[in-house]
Amino acid sequence: MATPLSLKELSKKEDRFTHGHRMCSGCGAPIVVKIAMLATDYPVVVSNATGCLEVSSCISEFTAWNVPWIHTAFENAAATLSGVETMYRSLKKQGKFDQEVKFIAFGGDGGTYDIGFQSLSGAIERGHDMIYICYDNGAYMNTGIQRSSATPLGADTTTCPAGSVIPGKLRNRKNLTKIMAAHDIPYVAQASPSHWQDLFRKVQKAHELKGPKFINVIAPCNRGWRSKTNDAIQLSRLAVNTCYWPLYEIEDGVTKITVTPKEKIPVAEFMKPQGRFKHLFSPENEGLLQRVQEEVDKEWAKLLKEAKTD
Amino acid sequence: MAKVVAVTGNEACANALRQVNPDVCGIYPITPQTDMMQRFASFIADGKVDTESILVESEHSSMSACIGAAAAGGRVITATSSQGLALMWEMLHIASGDRLPIVMPVVNRALSAPLNIHGDHSDAMGARDTGWIQLWSENGQEAYDNTIQAFRIAEHMDIRLPIMVCMDGFIISHSIERLEYLEDQEVKDFVGPFKNFLPLLDLAKPKSYGPLILTDLYHEYKRAQHEIMTKVKDVVLDVAKDFEKMSGRKYGIFESYRLEDADIAIVILNSAAGTTKDVIDQFREKGIKAGLLKPRLFRPFPFTEIADALKNTKAVCVMDRADSYGSYGPLFMEIASALYPLEKKPLLMNKIYGLGGRDYLPSHAVQVLTELNEIAKSGKVNTLKDYIGVRE
Ligand SMILES: Cc1ncc(C[n+]2csc(CCOP(=O)(O)OP(=O)(O)O)c2C)c(N)n1
Ligand code: SF4
Repeated sequence: MATPLSLKELSKKEDRFTHGHRMCSGCGAPIVVKIAMLATDYPVVVSNATGCLEVSSCISEFTAWNVPWIHTAFENAAATLSGVETMYRSLKKQGKFDQEVKFIAFGGDGGTYDIGFQSLSGAIERGHDMIYICYDNGAYMNTGIQRSSATPLGADTTTCPAGSVIPGKLRNRKNLTKIMAAHDIPYVAQASPSHWQDLFRKVQKAHELKGPKFINVIAPCNRGWRSKTNDAIQLSRLAVNTCYWPLYEIEDGVTKITVTPKEKIPVAEFMKPQGRFKHLFSPENEGLLQRVQEEVDKEWAKLLKEAKTD
Repeated sequence: MAKVVAVTGNEACANALRQVNPDVCGIYPITPQTDMMQRFASFIADGKVDTESILVESEHSSMSACIGAAAAGGRVITATSSQGLALMWEMLHIASGDRLPIVMPVVNRALSAPLNIHGDHSDAMGARDTGWIQLWSENGQEAYDNTIQAFRIAEHMDIRLPIMVCMDGFIISHSIERLEYLEDQEVKDFVGPFKNFLPLLDLAKPKSYGPLILTDLYHEYKRAQHEIMTKVKDVVLDVAKDFEKMSGRKYGIFESYRLEDADIAIVILNSAAGTTKDVIDQFREKGIKAGLLKPRLFRPFPFTEIADALKNTKAVCVMDRADSYGSYGPLFMEIASALYPLEKKPLLMNKIYGLGGRDYLPSHAVQVLTELNEIAKSGKVNTLKDYIGVRE
C-alpha cells in the first residue's frame, strides 16, 4: 500500500502518533516517530522500549498512540514484539485472524545498542517480520544524559563528564547499523528527520519487505545535546552534511548511499552548536577534535567504498 | 477412558501441553526442564499441535515474548527452572501486572552460587512475590493434572493471571512413574477455547499495554492485584471439582494426610510429602498421632484454611527445601503468619532439608517426628530453625 509522498496528501491522514505526548518541546524523537507511523496505511502494532519516548507518550489513561501499543521493559522491545508477531502468525495459520498487520518496535539508543542488544539480535536472527526503529539521541536521556555505547567520541555526559583530567567520552560510538547489517537481514538503513522523505521512503520500503528490518534514525535531544530547542532539524541536517550521520541503506547486502551531501563540511559545524562538545573547542582538546574528524572521514570513506564495490 | 502409562514428570507435562494445544510457546533450555520443551518441540515438528514456537535467545526474552504473545490475544506457554526463572524475574512482574494468563511449568532447581543443577525450591520461592499463581505437585500425576487445571484457573475471567506449576527437579521431572493420562478430547473439552480479553490484535479498538503509572494511581493498581488474588482460591476449588468429575482425582488448595486428629504435624511441599506420609503411617502404627499438610496452592496462600487445619495440633514442623538466609525458611514464614491470629496455636519449628538435590530420607522424617513428639509432650522447642541431613 503506497502512501503518496506529498505533504498535501499526508496532511489528510490521521495521525497515529498524536499531539498531546509530553516529550520536551523541540525533541527530535517524536518527529521521527510521526513520520515513521505515517509511512504505511497498513494497521500497525507498536512495541516501545522504556525511555523518553515511552514515559512521555503513555501516561496513565492518556496515550498518544492511535494504534495498538505495548511497553513491557527497557531491554526487550524486540523480544516483546516478536511474541506479538508470533501470536499473529499462529492465529492466522489457524484461520482465527485474517487481517494484514505490520509491526514496529521503537527503542532509544540505550535500549537498542546496549541493554536491548541481545534481545534485538535474537529477534532479528529468528526472522520475525517486523521493523525495529532506533531513535538515536546518543545517550540515556530519560535518566538524565548518561553515556551509552552510541554516545559520540568527546561528548560530555553525566557519567563520562568532561573534567580537568578526562575530556568526556574517550571511545568512539558503536556502529550498530553495520552490526545489524552483519545479521544478513533484508533491510538495514540509516535515516534522519531532516530528510523526511528519505526516512519516509525507507520505512515504506521496509514494510514491503518480508522479515526483520532495522532502521537507525538520528534524533536530536536538546536537553542532552545542550542545544537550542528549535534546532533539531538543523542539527540532524548538519549531521548528514558533515557525514557524521550518513544516509544509506543496505538492501539484500547491497549498500546504497541515499543522500550524498553536496559539500562535505567539517564535523565541527555539527558539534559547535552543542554544549556537550563545548570543551573540545578549547586549545588543549584540539587533538581530540581532530580525532573526531578523522573517525568521521574514515567511516565515510569506508561507506563510499562499500557503496561503490557493490 | 484413562490410559495408564509409565512416564517421567517432564514427559507427562509435555503431553498435557500437547493435549491443550496452545497458540504460542517460548522455548529455552535449562536442566532439568530442557527435556519437557524438547518433547513439546517434537510435537510441533510433527504437526501434533498448532503451536508456533519462539526459539528465544534467553529466558528474559522468552518471558518477554510470551507477554507480547499473550497480550496479542491467545494461549501461551513456556517452562523453565532455576537460573532461567531468576533471569525472568523482571518480566514475571510485568506478566502479572498486565494480567496475562501465561502457563509455565517450573521444574524446581537450586540457584547459583555454587552452581548446582539439582532440585530444591529456591527458584520458585524467589518468585513467590511476582504476582503469579503457584500450584505445587507431589508427583508426575499431580504435575500433569495441575498443568491441565492451570489453564482453566489462569484464563478464568475473574482472574486472568499467569500461573506456575511447580514440580521437583529430577525427582519428578526425570523419574518414571505410573500415571493416568486423560483422553485428548477430554482435556480439550475441559480446558475449552481460549477467551480473549482486551487483545492487542483487536485493531478496531487500539489498546495501550504497560503505560507509565505515577504516584496518583500505582498504589491502586497494586491493591487491585491483591484483590484479584483473593478470588483465586474459589476458582481453584471450582476447577478442581470439575476435574474430579472428569478424572476421579480430587484436588483442594492443600492436602491433609491423617491430620484431623493429629497431635503433631509436618508441613511440606512437593515430592518429599510422599516419603513423609509413609513415615507418618509408621508413627500411627506406634500409636503416635502424626499427620501431614501439603500445600498445593502456595500463591495466593490460603492462610485461614491452613490455620484451621492445623489449629488442633500441639506441635508442627514446617520443612523448607529453600532458605532465606538470615531468616526462617519461606514456607515456615507463611505458616507462622497463618497461625499468628489463633489464640491457641501449635508450637512451631522449622527444618531446612534437601538443598541442591540432597536426598530426603525416611530417617529424616523419623528424626523430625520424634522431635515433634517430644515437643508435644514437653511443651518446649529447643531449636526453632535447624538444618537436617547436613554433613558436619
Ligand atoms: C533494567 C533497567 N535498567 C535501567 C533502567 C532505567 N532506565 C530507564 S530509561 C533509561 C535510559 C533510556 O535511554 P535510551 O534507550 O537511550 O532512550 P532515551 O531515554 O534517550 O529516549 C534507563 C537507563 C530500566 N528501566 N531498566
Ligand atoms: S530529554 Fe531529550 S530525548 Fe528526552 S524528551 Fe527531552 S529532548 Fe527528547
